[in-house]
Amino acid sequence: MTDTDASAPADAGEELLSPLHEAHVALGASFTDFAGWQMPVRYSSDLAEHHAVRTAAGLFDLSHMGEILVLGPDAAAALDYALAGRMSALDEGRAKYTLILTEAGGVIDDLIVYRTGPDRFLVVANASNREVVAETLRARADGFDALVEDESGDIALIAIQGPKSAEILANVEDLLADDGAIGDALDSLGYYRVLRGSYLALPVLIARTGYTGEDGFEIYIAPDRVRSLWDAILETGAGAGIVPAGLASRDTLRLEAGMPLYGHELGVDVLPAQAGLGRAVALGDDRDFVGRAAVESGAAPEPDSLLAGRVLVGLASEGRRAGRAGYRVFRDDGSDAVGLVTSGALSPTLGYPIAMAYVDPSESVAGTVLSIDVRGSRIAATVVTLPFYKRES
Amino acid sequence: MSRENELKYTSEHEWVDAGDGVATVGVTAYAAGQLGDVVYVDLPAVGTEVEAGSSIGEIESTKSVGELYSPVTGTVVEVNDAVAATPELVNSDPLGEGWLVKVSFEALPDLLDLDEYTSLTTEA
Repeated sequence: MTDTDASAPADAGEELLSPLHEAHVALGASFTDFAGWQMPVRYSSDLAEHHAVRTAAGLFDLSHMGEILVLGPDAAAALDYALAGRMSALDEGRAKYTLILTEAGGVIDDLIVYRTGPDRFLVVANASNREVVAETLRARADGFDALVEDESGDIALIAIQGPKSAEILANVEDLLADDGAIGDALDSLGYYRVLRGSYLALPVLIARTGYTGEDGFEIYIAPDRVRSLWDAILETGAGAGIVPAGLASRDTLRLEAGMPLYGHELGVDVLPAQAGLGRAVALGDDRDFVGRAAVESGAAPEPDSLLAGRVLVGLASEGRRAGRAGYRVFRDDGSDAVGLVTSGALSPTLGYPIAMAYVDPSESVAGTVLSIDVRGSRIAATVVTLPFYKRES
Repeated sequence: MSRENELKYTSEHEWVDAGDGVATVGVTAYAAGQLGDVVYVDLPAVGTEVEAGSSIGEIESTKSVGELYSPVTGTVVEVNDAVAATPELVNSDPLGEGWLVKVSFEALPDLLDLDEYTSLTTEA
Protein backbone atom coordinates (compact mmCIF):
# COMPACT_ATOMS: atom_id res chain seq x y z
CA MET A 1 0.00 0.00 0.00
CA THR A 2 1.32 3.42 -0.87
CA ASP A 3 0.04 6.70 0.40
CA THR A 4 -0.48 8.91 -2.63
CA ASP A 5 -1.52 12.11 -0.92
CA ALA A 6 -0.42 14.67 -3.47
CA SER A 7 -1.09 17.55 -1.12
CA ALA A 8 1.44 16.57 1.53
CA PRO A 9 4.23 19.11 1.64
CA ALA A 10 7.61 17.58 0.88
CA ASP A 11 9.58 20.31 2.58
CA ALA A 12 12.65 18.84 4.21
CA GLY A 13 15.26 20.64 6.22
CA GLU A 14 14.95 22.22 9.60
CA GLU A 15 12.25 20.69 11.75
CA LEU A 16 10.29 23.21 13.78
CA LEU A 17 8.45 22.21 16.93
CA SER A 18 5.47 23.94 18.49
CA PRO A 19 5.75 25.04 22.14
CA LEU A 20 2.95 22.49 22.63
CA HIS A 21 4.92 19.60 21.14
CA GLU A 22 5.31 17.74 24.42
CA ALA A 23 1.59 18.08 25.08
CA HIS A 24 0.81 16.56 21.66
CA VAL A 25 3.18 13.68 22.28
CA ALA A 26 1.56 13.05 25.66
CA LEU A 27 -1.87 13.03 23.97
CA GLY A 28 -0.68 10.40 21.49
CA ALA A 29 -0.76 12.59 18.40
CA SER A 30 0.35 11.51 14.95
CA PHE A 31 2.46 14.21 13.38
CA THR A 32 2.77 15.61 9.89
CA ASP A 33 5.21 18.01 8.34
CA PHE A 34 3.54 21.32 7.62
CA ALA A 35 5.79 23.99 6.15
CA GLY A 36 8.71 22.57 8.11
CA TRP A 37 6.74 22.24 11.34
CA GLN A 38 5.95 18.95 13.04
CA MET A 39 2.26 19.46 13.78
CA PRO A 40 -0.42 17.07 15.02
CA VAL A 41 -2.40 15.64 12.11
CA ARG A 42 -4.73 13.77 14.46
CA TYR A 43 -4.80 12.55 18.05
CA SER A 44 -7.06 9.54 17.70
CA SER A 45 -9.58 9.77 14.88
CA ASP A 46 -9.87 12.69 12.47
CA LEU A 47 -13.58 11.95 12.00
CA ALA A 48 -14.22 12.02 15.75
CA GLU A 49 -12.30 15.28 16.02
CA HIS A 50 -14.30 16.74 13.12
CA HIS A 51 -17.62 15.76 14.69
CA ALA A 52 -16.56 17.07 18.10
CA VAL A 53 -16.01 20.53 16.60
CA ARG A 54 -19.44 20.46 14.92
CA THR A 55 -21.27 19.30 18.06
CA ALA A 56 -19.18 20.37 21.09
CA ALA A 57 -15.66 21.78 20.78
CA GLY A 58 -12.17 21.07 19.52
CA LEU A 59 -8.86 22.62 20.52
CA PHE A 60 -6.28 23.27 17.80
CA ASP A 61 -2.62 24.23 18.04
CA LEU A 62 -1.89 26.88 15.41
CA SER A 63 1.46 27.97 16.78
CA HIS A 64 3.01 27.39 13.37
CA MET A 65 1.17 30.34 11.89
CA GLY A 66 3.05 33.58 11.31
CA GLU A 67 2.44 36.64 13.48
CA ILE A 68 3.86 39.84 12.07
CA LEU A 69 3.53 43.16 13.87
CA VAL A 70 3.31 46.40 11.92
CA LEU A 71 3.72 49.48 14.09
CA GLY A 72 4.38 53.17 13.88
CA PRO A 73 2.62 56.40 12.94
CA ASP A 74 2.32 55.27 9.29
CA ALA A 75 1.41 51.64 10.06
CA ALA A 76 -2.13 52.03 8.69
CA ALA A 77 -0.94 53.88 5.60
CA ALA A 78 1.76 51.27 4.93
CA LEU A 79 -0.79 48.44 5.15
CA ASP A 80 -3.24 50.38 2.96
CA TYR A 81 -0.56 50.32 0.29
CA ALA A 82 0.67 46.77 0.96
CA LEU A 83 -2.66 44.92 1.23
CA ALA A 84 -5.84 44.58 -0.82
CA GLY A 85 -8.08 45.70 2.06
CA ARG A 86 -8.20 49.18 3.57
CA MET A 87 -6.72 48.71 7.03
CA SER A 88 -6.91 52.42 7.93
CA ALA A 89 -10.69 51.95 8.07
CA LEU A 90 -10.38 49.18 10.66
CA ASP A 91 -11.39 50.19 14.19
CA GLU A 92 -9.23 49.25 17.14
CA GLY A 93 -10.30 45.88 18.54
CA ARG A 94 -11.46 44.59 15.19
CA ALA A 95 -10.07 42.09 12.73
CA LYS A 96 -10.32 41.86 8.97
CA TYR A 97 -9.78 39.07 6.47
CA THR A 98 -7.63 40.38 3.65
CA LEU A 99 -5.14 39.45 0.93
CA ILE A 100 -1.61 40.40 0.02
CA LEU A 101 -1.22 40.51 -3.77
CA THR A 102 1.58 40.51 -6.29
CA GLU A 103 1.91 43.38 -8.78
CA ALA A 104 0.18 41.00 -11.22
CA GLY A 105 -2.79 40.67 -8.85
CA GLY A 106 -2.04 37.11 -7.73
CA VAL A 107 -2.55 36.04 -4.12
CA ILE A 108 0.69 35.84 -2.10
CA ASP A 109 -1.33 34.87 0.97
CA ASP A 110 -4.61 35.38 2.73
CA LEU A 111 -4.30 37.11 6.09
CA ILE A 112 -6.19 38.14 9.15
CA VAL A 113 -5.20 41.60 10.32
CA TYR A 114 -6.05 42.75 13.84
CA ARG A 115 -5.89 46.39 14.83
CA THR A 116 -4.59 46.21 18.37
CA GLY A 117 -3.87 49.95 18.76
CA PRO A 118 -4.05 53.23 16.82
CA ASP A 119 -0.57 52.61 15.40
CA ARG A 120 -0.39 48.87 15.83
CA PHE A 121 -1.54 45.94 13.70
CA LEU A 122 -1.07 42.20 14.03
CA VAL A 123 -0.88 40.43 10.67
CA VAL A 124 -1.46 36.67 10.79
CA ALA A 125 -0.08 34.70 7.84
CA ASN A 126 -0.04 31.05 6.86
CA ALA A 127 2.95 29.11 8.18
CA SER A 128 4.30 28.41 4.71
CA ASN A 129 4.18 32.12 3.82
CA ARG A 130 5.45 33.70 7.02
CA GLU A 131 8.79 34.72 5.54
CA VAL A 132 7.53 35.93 2.19
CA VAL A 133 4.76 37.94 3.84
CA ALA A 134 7.17 39.53 6.33
CA GLU A 135 9.67 40.34 3.59
CA THR A 136 7.02 41.73 1.28
CA LEU A 137 5.52 43.88 4.03
CA ARG A 138 8.97 45.15 4.94
CA ALA A 139 9.71 46.09 1.33
CA ARG A 140 6.34 47.75 0.88
CA ALA A 141 6.66 49.69 4.17
CA ASP A 142 9.82 51.30 2.85
CA GLY A 143 9.28 55.07 2.82
CA PHE A 144 6.58 54.86 5.50
CA ASP A 145 7.20 55.58 9.17
CA ALA A 146 6.35 52.01 10.12
CA LEU A 147 8.22 48.98 11.45
CA VAL A 148 7.57 45.38 10.42
CA GLU A 149 8.54 42.82 13.04
CA ASP A 150 8.17 39.08 12.62
CA GLU A 151 7.08 38.06 16.12
CA SER A 152 6.12 34.48 15.22
CA GLY A 153 8.66 32.97 17.59
CA ASP A 154 7.30 34.97 20.52
CA ILE A 155 3.60 34.34 19.98
CA ALA A 156 1.79 31.02 20.32
CA LEU A 157 -1.72 30.55 18.94
CA ILE A 158 -4.43 28.09 19.87
CA ALA A 159 -8.02 27.95 18.63
CA ILE A 160 -11.07 26.63 20.43
CA GLN A 161 -13.81 25.94 17.89
CA GLY A 162 -17.33 24.58 18.23
CA PRO A 163 -20.69 25.51 19.73
CA LYS A 164 -19.52 25.01 23.32
CA SER A 165 -16.40 27.18 22.93
CA ALA A 166 -17.71 30.27 24.75
CA GLU A 167 -19.11 28.25 27.64
CA ILE A 168 -15.85 26.35 28.10
CA LEU A 169 -13.58 29.37 27.81
CA ALA A 170 -15.67 31.36 30.29
CA ASN A 171 -14.98 28.72 32.92
CA VAL A 172 -11.22 28.45 32.51
CA GLU A 173 -9.65 29.42 35.82
CA ASP A 174 -7.26 32.40 35.71
CA LEU A 175 -8.39 33.47 32.23
CA LEU A 176 -9.61 37.03 32.67
CA ALA A 177 -10.87 39.85 30.48
CA ASP A 178 -9.32 43.27 31.03
CA ASP A 179 -12.79 44.84 31.11
CA GLY A 180 -15.51 43.06 33.05
CA ALA A 181 -16.24 39.39 33.65
CA ILE A 182 -14.75 37.00 31.08
CA GLY A 183 -18.12 35.29 30.49
CA ASP A 184 -19.86 38.56 29.63
CA ALA A 185 -16.90 39.77 27.59
CA LEU A 186 -16.92 36.59 25.49
CA ASP A 187 -20.69 36.61 25.07
CA SER A 188 -20.72 40.17 23.80
CA LEU A 189 -17.65 39.74 21.58
CA GLY A 190 -18.79 39.96 17.97
CA TYR A 191 -17.45 37.93 15.06
CA TYR A 192 -14.03 39.25 13.97
CA ARG A 193 -13.70 41.27 17.18
CA VAL A 194 -10.81 41.05 19.62
CA LEU A 195 -10.65 41.43 23.38
CA ARG A 196 -7.65 41.88 25.61
CA GLY A 197 -7.31 39.71 28.62
CA SER A 198 -4.82 37.88 30.76
CA TYR A 199 -3.98 34.35 31.70
CA LEU A 200 -2.01 33.80 34.89
CA ALA A 201 -1.50 37.57 34.87
CA LEU A 202 0.18 37.65 31.42
CA PRO A 203 -1.54 39.38 28.50
CA VAL A 204 -3.55 37.38 25.95
CA LEU A 205 -5.50 38.40 22.89
CA ILE A 206 -8.79 36.60 22.32
CA ALA A 207 -10.41 36.88 18.89
CA ARG A 208 -13.77 35.54 17.77
CA THR A 209 -12.40 34.05 14.56
CA GLY A 210 -11.79 30.64 13.13
CA TYR A 211 -11.42 28.35 10.16
CA THR A 212 -14.03 25.68 10.79
CA GLY A 213 -17.43 27.22 10.10
CA GLU A 214 -18.31 27.04 13.80
CA ASP A 215 -18.36 29.63 16.53
CA GLY A 216 -15.05 29.86 18.32
CA PHE A 217 -12.07 31.81 19.48
CA GLU A 218 -8.41 32.13 18.64
CA ILE A 219 -6.09 32.98 21.51
CA TYR A 220 -2.67 34.59 21.16
CA ILE A 221 -0.41 33.98 24.13
CA ALA A 222 3.27 33.81 25.11
CA PRO A 223 4.83 30.44 24.17
CA ASP A 224 5.89 29.71 27.76
CA ARG A 225 2.29 29.98 29.00
CA VAL A 226 0.51 28.20 26.19
CA ARG A 227 0.96 24.71 27.63
CA SER A 228 -0.71 25.69 30.86
CA LEU A 229 -3.65 27.29 29.02
CA TRP A 230 -3.95 24.33 26.62
CA ASP A 231 -4.16 21.88 29.53
CA ALA A 232 -6.60 24.12 31.43
CA ILE A 233 -8.98 24.39 28.45
CA LEU A 234 -8.96 20.63 27.86
CA GLU A 235 -9.58 19.99 31.55
CA THR A 236 -12.33 22.60 31.82
CA GLY A 237 -14.06 21.38 28.66
CA ALA A 238 -13.77 17.64 29.27
CA GLY A 239 -17.33 17.36 30.57
CA ALA A 240 -18.63 19.38 27.61
CA GLY A 241 -16.94 17.03 25.16
CA ILE A 242 -13.92 19.03 24.03
CA VAL A 243 -11.14 17.09 22.29
CA PRO A 244 -7.74 18.12 20.97
CA ALA A 245 -8.09 18.31 17.18
CA GLY A 246 -5.44 17.94 14.50
CA LEU A 247 -4.81 19.40 11.08
CA ALA A 248 -6.69 16.59 9.29
CA SER A 249 -9.98 17.61 10.87
CA ARG A 250 -9.16 21.28 10.42
CA ASP A 251 -8.90 20.64 6.69
CA THR A 252 -12.24 18.82 6.35
CA LEU A 253 -13.93 21.43 8.57
CA ARG A 254 -12.69 24.38 6.51
CA LEU A 255 -13.56 22.55 3.28
CA GLU A 256 -17.17 22.02 4.40
CA ALA A 257 -17.28 25.69 5.35
CA GLY A 258 -16.07 26.62 1.84
CA MET A 259 -12.98 28.40 3.15
CA PRO A 260 -10.01 28.59 0.78
CA LEU A 261 -6.58 27.21 1.68
CA TYR A 262 -3.38 28.75 0.39
CA GLY A 263 -1.62 26.33 -1.97
CA HIS A 264 -4.94 24.80 -2.94
CA GLU A 265 -7.57 27.43 -3.73
CA LEU A 266 -5.17 30.37 -3.47
CA GLY A 267 -1.83 31.11 -5.10
CA VAL A 268 0.07 33.72 -7.04
CA ASP A 269 -1.64 32.46 -10.22
CA VAL A 270 -5.12 33.32 -8.90
CA LEU A 271 -6.89 36.68 -8.90
CA PRO A 272 -9.04 37.32 -5.80
CA ALA A 273 -12.25 37.47 -7.82
CA GLN A 274 -11.62 34.00 -9.28
CA ALA A 275 -11.62 32.63 -5.73
CA GLY A 276 -14.80 34.51 -4.85
CA LEU A 277 -12.77 36.91 -2.71
CA GLY A 278 -13.60 40.12 -4.57
CA ARG A 279 -15.07 41.44 -1.31
CA ALA A 280 -11.60 41.30 0.29
CA VAL A 281 -10.31 43.81 -2.29
CA ALA A 282 -11.35 47.39 -1.54
CA LEU A 283 -11.71 49.23 -4.85
CA GLY A 284 -14.24 51.78 -3.58
CA ASP A 285 -11.82 54.69 -3.41
CA ASP A 286 -8.73 55.76 -5.34
CA ARG A 287 -6.28 54.24 -2.84
CA ASP A 288 -3.15 52.91 -4.50
CA PHE A 289 -2.22 49.40 -3.40
CA VAL A 290 0.03 46.75 -4.88
CA GLY A 291 -1.91 44.66 -7.39
CA ARG A 292 -4.75 47.13 -7.88
CA ALA A 293 -4.16 47.85 -11.58
CA ALA A 294 -3.88 44.13 -12.36
CA VAL A 295 -7.01 43.27 -10.39
CA GLU A 296 -8.95 45.97 -12.23
CA SER A 297 -7.69 44.74 -15.60
CA GLY A 298 -8.80 41.18 -14.82
CA ALA A 299 -5.86 39.72 -16.74
CA ALA A 300 -4.62 36.34 -15.51
CA PRO A 301 -1.44 36.72 -13.40
CA GLU A 302 -0.06 33.53 -14.96
CA PRO A 303 -1.80 32.82 -18.28
CA ASP A 304 -0.32 29.30 -18.48
CA SER A 305 -1.79 28.23 -15.14
CA LEU A 306 -4.53 25.60 -15.29
CA LEU A 307 -6.53 27.97 -13.06
CA ALA A 308 -6.24 30.96 -15.42
CA GLY A 309 -9.63 32.31 -16.47
CA ARG A 310 -11.46 29.81 -14.26
CA VAL A 311 -13.58 30.40 -11.17
CA LEU A 312 -13.90 28.60 -7.88
CA VAL A 313 -17.04 26.48 -7.35
CA GLY A 314 -18.27 23.82 -4.99
CA LEU A 315 -18.91 20.33 -6.37
CA ALA A 316 -21.12 17.75 -4.66
CA SER A 317 -21.26 14.08 -5.60
CA GLU A 318 -22.98 10.89 -4.54
CA GLY A 319 -21.41 7.75 -3.17
CA ARG A 320 -18.19 7.76 -1.17
CA ARG A 321 -15.37 8.46 -3.62
CA ALA A 322 -14.09 12.00 -3.46
CA GLY A 323 -12.32 14.15 -6.00
CA ARG A 324 -8.93 15.25 -4.67
CA ALA A 325 -6.51 18.08 -5.32
CA GLY A 326 -5.18 17.87 -8.87
CA TYR A 327 -7.98 15.75 -10.35
CA ARG A 328 -9.40 17.00 -13.64
CA VAL A 329 -12.99 18.11 -14.10
CA PHE A 330 -14.81 17.39 -17.35
CA ARG A 331 -18.04 18.39 -19.00
CA ASP A 332 -20.64 15.77 -18.22
CA ASP A 333 -21.39 14.90 -21.84
CA GLY A 334 -17.93 14.58 -23.27
CA SER A 335 -14.22 14.74 -22.97
CA ASP A 336 -13.65 18.48 -22.67
CA ALA A 337 -11.58 19.28 -19.60
CA VAL A 338 -13.23 22.27 -17.98
CA GLY A 339 -11.45 22.51 -14.66
CA LEU A 340 -9.35 21.22 -11.82
CA VAL A 341 -10.14 20.09 -8.27
CA THR A 342 -8.17 22.00 -5.61
CA SER A 343 -9.51 20.26 -2.45
CA GLY A 344 -11.88 17.39 -1.87
CA ALA A 345 -13.01 14.85 0.69
CA LEU A 346 -15.91 12.70 1.72
CA SER A 347 -17.69 15.26 3.90
CA PRO A 348 -17.85 13.90 7.46
CA THR A 349 -20.83 16.11 8.34
CA LEU A 350 -22.84 15.75 5.14
CA GLY A 351 -21.94 12.16 4.30
CA TYR A 352 -21.31 12.74 0.60
CA PRO A 353 -18.20 13.72 -1.37
CA ILE A 354 -17.50 17.43 -1.74
CA ALA A 355 -14.80 19.30 -3.60
CA MET A 356 -13.71 22.79 -4.45
CA ALA A 357 -12.63 23.22 -8.05
CA TYR A 358 -11.72 25.87 -10.57
CA VAL A 359 -13.91 25.53 -13.66
CA ASP A 360 -14.59 27.50 -16.81
CA PRO A 361 -17.06 30.33 -16.07
CA SER A 362 -19.54 28.78 -18.53
CA GLU A 363 -19.71 25.67 -16.29
CA SER A 364 -19.90 27.51 -12.97
CA VAL A 365 -23.66 27.98 -12.60
CA ALA A 366 -25.18 26.13 -9.65
CA GLY A 367 -26.91 22.96 -10.84
CA THR A 368 -24.50 22.31 -13.72
CA VAL A 369 -23.58 18.64 -13.80
CA LEU A 370 -19.89 17.94 -14.43
CA SER A 371 -17.71 14.91 -13.86
CA ILE A 372 -14.46 14.38 -11.97
CA ASP A 373 -11.81 11.96 -13.17
CA VAL A 374 -11.12 9.93 -10.03
CA ARG A 375 -8.02 7.94 -10.93
CA GLY A 376 -9.43 6.77 -14.24
CA SER A 377 -13.14 6.56 -13.50
CA ARG A 378 -15.59 9.42 -13.80
CA ILE A 379 -17.89 10.44 -10.99
CA ALA A 380 -20.73 12.90 -11.52
CA ALA A 381 -20.44 16.17 -9.63
CA THR A 382 -22.99 18.95 -9.42
CA VAL A 383 -21.98 22.59 -9.06
CA VAL A 384 -23.32 23.92 -5.75
CA THR A 385 -23.15 27.27 -4.01
CA LEU A 386 -20.45 27.53 -1.36
CA PRO A 387 -20.31 26.91 1.54
CA PHE A 388 -21.33 23.25 1.64
CA TYR A 389 -22.09 23.56 5.34
CA LYS A 390 -23.43 26.51 7.29
CA ARG A 391 -24.12 26.32 10.99
CA GLU A 392 -27.54 27.18 12.36
CA SER A 393 -27.25 30.49 14.13
CA MET B 1 3.68 -16.61 18.82
CA SER B 2 1.44 -13.60 18.47
CA ARG B 3 -0.44 -13.06 15.24
CA GLU B 4 1.79 -10.06 14.44
CA ASN B 5 4.84 -12.33 14.63
CA GLU B 6 3.30 -15.02 12.44
CA LEU B 7 2.45 -12.64 9.60
CA LYS B 8 4.67 -11.61 6.71
CA TYR B 9 4.87 -8.07 5.40
CA THR B 10 5.58 -6.05 2.26
CA SER B 11 7.45 -2.78 1.99
CA GLU B 12 4.17 -1.31 0.74
CA HIS B 13 2.63 -1.93 4.18
CA GLU B 14 0.50 -4.97 3.44
CA TRP B 15 0.45 -7.89 5.82
CA VAL B 16 0.19 -11.42 4.44
CA ASP B 17 -1.13 -14.50 6.16
CA ALA B 18 0.09 -17.22 3.81
CA GLY B 19 -1.89 -20.36 4.46
CA ASP B 20 -2.30 -23.45 2.32
CA GLY B 21 -1.93 -21.89 -1.14
CA VAL B 22 -4.08 -18.90 -0.17
CA ALA B 23 -2.76 -15.58 1.10
CA THR B 24 -4.99 -13.39 3.24
CA VAL B 25 -3.97 -9.77 2.77
CA GLY B 26 -4.64 -6.59 4.68
CA VAL B 27 -2.85 -3.37 5.53
CA THR B 28 -0.78 -2.90 8.65
CA ALA B 29 -1.77 -0.89 11.69
CA TYR B 30 1.04 1.51 10.78
CA ALA B 31 -0.46 2.08 7.33
CA ALA B 32 -3.96 2.49 8.73
CA GLY B 33 -2.62 5.01 11.21
CA GLN B 34 -0.86 6.96 8.48
CA LEU B 35 -4.01 7.09 6.36
CA GLY B 36 -6.31 8.19 9.15
CA ASP B 37 -9.97 7.26 9.25
CA VAL B 38 -10.68 4.98 6.30
CA VAL B 39 -13.97 5.91 4.62
CA TYR B 40 -13.94 3.90 1.41
CA VAL B 41 -12.35 0.65 0.25
CA ASP B 42 -12.35 -0.46 -3.37
CA LEU B 43 -11.51 -4.16 -3.78
CA PRO B 44 -11.13 -6.37 -6.87
CA ALA B 45 -13.84 -8.81 -7.94
CA VAL B 46 -13.53 -12.46 -6.98
CA GLY B 47 -11.86 -14.29 -9.87
CA THR B 48 -9.60 -11.41 -10.83
CA GLU B 49 -6.13 -12.59 -11.80
CA VAL B 50 -3.49 -10.46 -10.11
CA GLU B 51 0.26 -10.14 -10.27
CA ALA B 52 2.61 -9.59 -7.37
CA GLY B 53 3.28 -5.88 -7.03
CA SER B 54 0.28 -4.78 -9.08
CA SER B 55 -2.32 -2.39 -7.73
CA ILE B 56 -5.53 -4.29 -6.96
CA GLY B 57 -7.52 -1.83 -4.90
CA GLU B 58 -7.75 1.52 -3.17
CA ILE B 59 -8.15 2.60 0.40
CA GLU B 60 -9.41 6.13 0.93
CA SER B 61 -9.35 8.12 4.12
CA THR B 62 -10.71 11.60 4.63
CA LYS B 63 -7.21 12.92 3.97
CA SER B 64 -5.69 10.72 1.31
CA VAL B 65 -5.80 7.71 -0.96
CA GLY B 66 -3.68 4.59 -0.64
CA GLU B 67 -3.26 1.83 -3.18
CA LEU B 68 -3.43 -1.82 -2.28
CA TYR B 69 -0.83 -4.00 -4.00
CA SER B 70 -1.05 -7.74 -4.34
CA PRO B 71 1.86 -9.39 -2.57
CA VAL B 72 1.48 -12.57 -4.66
CA THR B 73 0.66 -13.64 -8.21
CA GLY B 74 -2.57 -15.59 -8.38
CA THR B 75 -6.36 -15.31 -8.35
CA VAL B 76 -8.62 -13.41 -5.98
CA VAL B 77 -10.70 -16.09 -4.26
CA GLU B 78 -12.50 -13.97 -1.66
CA VAL B 79 -12.93 -10.32 -0.74
CA ASN B 80 -14.04 -8.94 2.60
CA ASP B 81 -17.51 -7.56 1.95
CA ALA B 82 -17.77 -6.47 5.59
CA VAL B 83 -14.93 -4.01 5.11
CA ALA B 84 -16.53 -2.57 1.97
CA ALA B 85 -19.67 -1.86 4.01
CA THR B 86 -17.78 -0.81 7.15
CA PRO B 87 -14.45 0.67 6.06
CA GLU B 88 -13.56 1.72 9.63
CA LEU B 89 -12.71 -1.94 10.32
CA VAL B 90 -9.38 -1.17 8.62
CA ASN B 91 -8.63 1.20 11.51
CA SER B 92 -10.25 -0.69 14.37
CA ASP B 93 -8.91 -4.16 13.57
CA PRO B 94 -6.42 -4.00 10.68
CA LEU B 95 -4.93 -7.45 11.27
CA GLY B 96 -8.25 -9.16 11.98
CA GLU B 97 -11.72 -8.15 10.81
CA GLY B 98 -10.14 -5.51 8.62
CA TRP B 99 -8.58 -8.07 6.23
CA LEU B 100 -9.15 -7.14 2.58
CA VAL B 101 -8.64 -9.99 0.08
CA LYS B 102 -7.67 -13.63 -0.18
CA VAL B 103 -5.51 -14.54 -3.16
CA SER B 104 -4.57 -18.05 -4.24
CA PHE B 105 -0.93 -18.45 -5.22
CA GLU B 106 1.55 -20.98 -6.55
CA ALA B 107 4.73 -19.55 -5.11
CA LEU B 108 5.23 -17.19 -2.23
CA PRO B 109 7.71 -14.41 -2.97
CA ASP B 110 10.25 -13.21 -0.41
CA LEU B 111 8.43 -11.14 2.19
CA LEU B 112 9.51 -9.28 5.30
CA ASP B 113 9.21 -10.66 8.80
CA LEU B 114 7.98 -8.49 11.65
CA ASP B 115 11.46 -7.29 12.66
CA GLU B 116 12.34 -6.30 9.12
CA TYR B 117 9.02 -4.55 8.63
CA THR B 118 9.25 -2.73 11.96
CA SER B 119 12.71 -1.42 11.14
CA LEU B 120 11.25 -0.10 7.88
CA THR B 121 8.53 1.89 9.60
CA THR B 122 10.72 3.26 12.35
CA GLU B 123 13.36 4.57 9.91
CA ALA B 124 10.95 6.85 8.15
